[in-house]
Amino acid sequence: MKPLLIAVYAATLLMAGCSRKSNQPAPLQSTATGTAIVESSGGKQIGYAGMLLDQPVVVQVNDASGNGVAGTAVYFSGPAGVSFAPAAALTDSSGQVTSTVELGQQAGRYKIVASTRDKSGKAIDLSLDEIALGYQQTVGAQLNTQYCVRCHDPESTPQRVSNMDNLSVKPHPFTEGDTLNKMSDADLVAIISHGGPALNKSPQMPPWGYTLSKSDIAALVSYIRAVADPPYQAGGLVYAQK
Amino acid sequence: MKNNLHALWQLFFGDSARAFGSASVILLVLLAVAPAKNHFSQWRHYQKQYLHLIRGRADAVTLERHFQGGIQQIWIPEQQVTDRCTTCHLGMKEASLADVSSVAFREHPVIPHKLTEFGCTTCHRGQGAATTVEEAHSATEQWEQPLLPAKYIEAGCGQCHLENQTGTPFLNQGRQLIVSYGCTHCHTIKQGDGTYVTPDDDPPSLKHIADKTTREWVYAWIKDPQAYAGTATMPNYHLSDDDARDVSAFILAQSTPLEPPLQPVKADTKTPADPAAGTSLYGQSFCASCHAMQNAAGMMVGGNVGPELTGIGTKAKPEWLQDWVANPNHYDPGTMMPHYRFDAAQVATLTGFLESKVEPDFVANVHLDAATPEQVEHGKRLAVENGCASCHEINGIKKPENFAPELSRIGSKPLNQLIFVEGVEHSLPGYVAGKVRNPRAFGPSLKMPQFKFTPQQIDAITTALLALTDRAQSQPPTMRIASVQQSKYQPAGNAGQLMGDLRCFTCHMINGHGGDMAPDLTWEGTAVQREWLTQFLKNPETLRPALIRRMPKFNLRDAEINTLADYMMTVYQTPEFDRDSLPVSQFNPAQVEQGRQLFYSKFACQSCHIADYKNDKGYIGPALAATGKRFNAAWVYYWLKDPQALRPGTIEPNQHMTDDEARALTAFLMSLKSGGAQGAMKK
Repeated sequence: MKPLLIAVYAATLLMAGCSRKSNQPAPLQSTATGTAIVESSGGKQIGYAGMLLDQPVVVQVNDASGNGVAGTAVYFSGPAGVSFAPAAALTDSSGQVTSTVELGQQAGRYKIVASTRDKSGKAIDLSLDEIALGYQQTVGAQLNTQYCVRCHDPESTPQRVSNMDNLSVKPHPFTEGDTLNKMSDADLVAIISHGGPALNKSPQMPPWGYTLSKSDIAALVSYIRAVADPPYQAGGLVYAQK
Repeated sequence: MKNNLHALWQLFFGDSARAFGSASVILLVLLAVAPAKNHFSQWRHYQKQYLHLIRGRADAVTLERHFQGGIQQIWIPEQQVTDRCTTCHLGMKEASLADVSSVAFREHPVIPHKLTEFGCTTCHRGQGAATTVEEAHSATEQWEQPLLPAKYIEAGCGQCHLENQTGTPFLNQGRQLIVSYGCTHCHTIKQGDGTYVTPDDDPPSLKHIADKTTREWVYAWIKDPQAYAGTATMPNYHLSDDDARDVSAFILAQSTPLEPPLQPVKADTKTPADPAAGTSLYGQSFCASCHAMQNAAGMMVGGNVGPELTGIGTKAKPEWLQDWVANPNHYDPGTMMPHYRFDAAQVATLTGFLESKVEPDFVANVHLDAATPEQVEHGKRLAVENGCASCHEINGIKKPENFAPELSRIGSKPLNQLIFVEGVEHSLPGYVAGKVRNPRAFGPSLKMPQFKFTPQQIDAITTALLALTDRAQSQPPTMRIASVQQSKYQPAGNAGQLMGDLRCFTCHMINGHGGDMAPDLTWEGTAVQREWLTQFLKNPETLRPALIRRMPKFNLRDAEINTLADYMMTVYQTPEFDRDSLPVSQFNPAQVEQGRQLFYSKFACQSCHIADYKNDKGYIGPALAATGKRFNAAWVYYWLKDPQALRPGTIEPNQHMTDDEARALTAFLMSLKSGGAQGAMKK
């Protein structure tokens, strides 16, 4: 009987030792509360599926007069697969919390939420959209950087001066969903392949169909769709719910 | 209790007939276990779910026709692929299922390969032959390679693709970091095609270090290289104060004086007559093309080919600076820095300017007594133990062989050969990333130093390392896409020596050898006119207004310019066409006018190029206002017809011009001779 007891005891110990430690962080003790939570930076980033976003997400908790509140707990959450480091933290002396974000494994849009509680314990939420590119969109993003941004992006950097202001007809930035979402895939492919005149637009958009391959151009279109703001809704078949 | 058991026994096995009956029933039940297990297996459950899903959709009939029940398998014996993943992942090829929320049934995202040709586990890992969720995706007792997390998925591509690919930015970045941080000074990486990964960080030789800098600076640098320059690639060895004292003592003690010795600095370099002269010479020489320096506003401006110069006056001794500026070959024959032809006054100006760039705080708190022989001896021992000579040339220490573990198959390393510590995820990616992030966490006595990488850089390096698998080593050579290797091209003769001295290949590529900072010059002799080339070498003008990096002015003598121009015009010729085959004399004014129309209307070239500085503003491509002075007509014509044929990778789009259009445009462009770029800049 005695060996049996010892075995049971050992097994219990083993199981206790192996049982997974809880990953839940200890609840944070807020020393102050704010009335609003606002984005400082890090929203609307274009990242890659399954990867860290380039920039961390920084949010700020403010009081009624718009000043940062230190020592308030902020919790981050998002769809399945999104992870935050840290997922919860107290605001620093300027009222801010910084968290690095890893997006989920699927390409698409991720709505992440930063949340805090006001004096009465009511949750105040701030939601931010982040974009995860898949393989095809990544190829598109690279081609965009190589061939398109200099004219289609109005922002200049020291390494890359924007050419947009030098053009008599201003190109559409690829994020300009209001305009580009109305164009069909076939139209986009046509204008990229054969230049502006293909759709009675300016020849300042040159034809790329003799320089880029068909799959390159398909990748560019999928990139343009991925970064559209407001988001692009694919047309075509409407499926029954489920 | 005992009676009850006995009664039960009697009931079922009391006599031979009962025993036979009972035994038969038990046998039947046992026989039924296997079919039942099969019937209730996980994959059948998924197939039922899938059928349920597609029946609700508009294209149910098509989807049902594609559906095949039972275990599905992709079998590619030559790649050791036996993947049953498609048994449950049924919608992989169905474009209409791209929007399904369940990962199991969604269409596979677009990739350049067919699933049937490469299988699933080739890239994703996991246990392909398994038919349960747990076994297929996770590590089990018999299977150590679980599914690769999505953020490292590009490691799959890297097993075959040794070249840089558009679709794998993280793999490319990771490989670049491994090369530029010199990981392979210590770790050997032999790729599947038999080539070795070679570092390009070019760590300096320490043989004459005492001529260059002080012991105090060496001490502060060893303690924290990034405190001197954020871009420094030297890692931190976390040496104690005493150890750093002894290593700095040894490093200085082993140094021997240069031959011939450095000349003392003339007293007047520190107080130049014209304080702005140094800044303007630094600018004119385009030092910033390669070197970064913090400007007055605290912004880092400049390239990353050479070291950052913000605190160079604290680091380098004046007599060394003077010698280096005059001719870098004297101190380091292997440097990437060109030998500018500065005169004595310019050398003094630039030396004085660089001396004034100081960061006194960096060495302010370093107070070292004279080194004792014991300290030097101990410093040498530390230098040997830490493998300093893996990267640096040091008098008295040989470069160690295989100083750190080989990483050629790190991506397939069995977990039982790894030692994990608290806080590191128990998986291969977790181990590799943990090692790159904080190597000393795996044991204080480990030698690997601390690099300063961002979390994203760590993921990129991990991706590149995970691509170094057994599969990458053992697969058939036909599967491999080789990386682009630098050729061994060296120009010959006097011109070759001159080009070496000027380090043309630091920036320019010629015949597959050189850098990618400046244009490829392989066909330069066909492209340009000799007169223009000599003028350009004498005084490089601005060709691309939007670029920060420019060709420096080397102050070449006329004889040197002639040597270079003769060589380039003769040797760097394309075999495809003759540069004189399209004489300008055959163009007529009507063609020029037609070309002008085409330039401004049909092809809208002014979007990117400037033909006329008054009206045009495009500055993506080079300014073309002096084309008639710069280029040969034949080059312009063939360039217009197919730019990528003359310079692969150029972003000028192929406009698919007709021969007549290209000829007319050439006529127009060759007529542009009035204002060079410099003329316009002066306005």
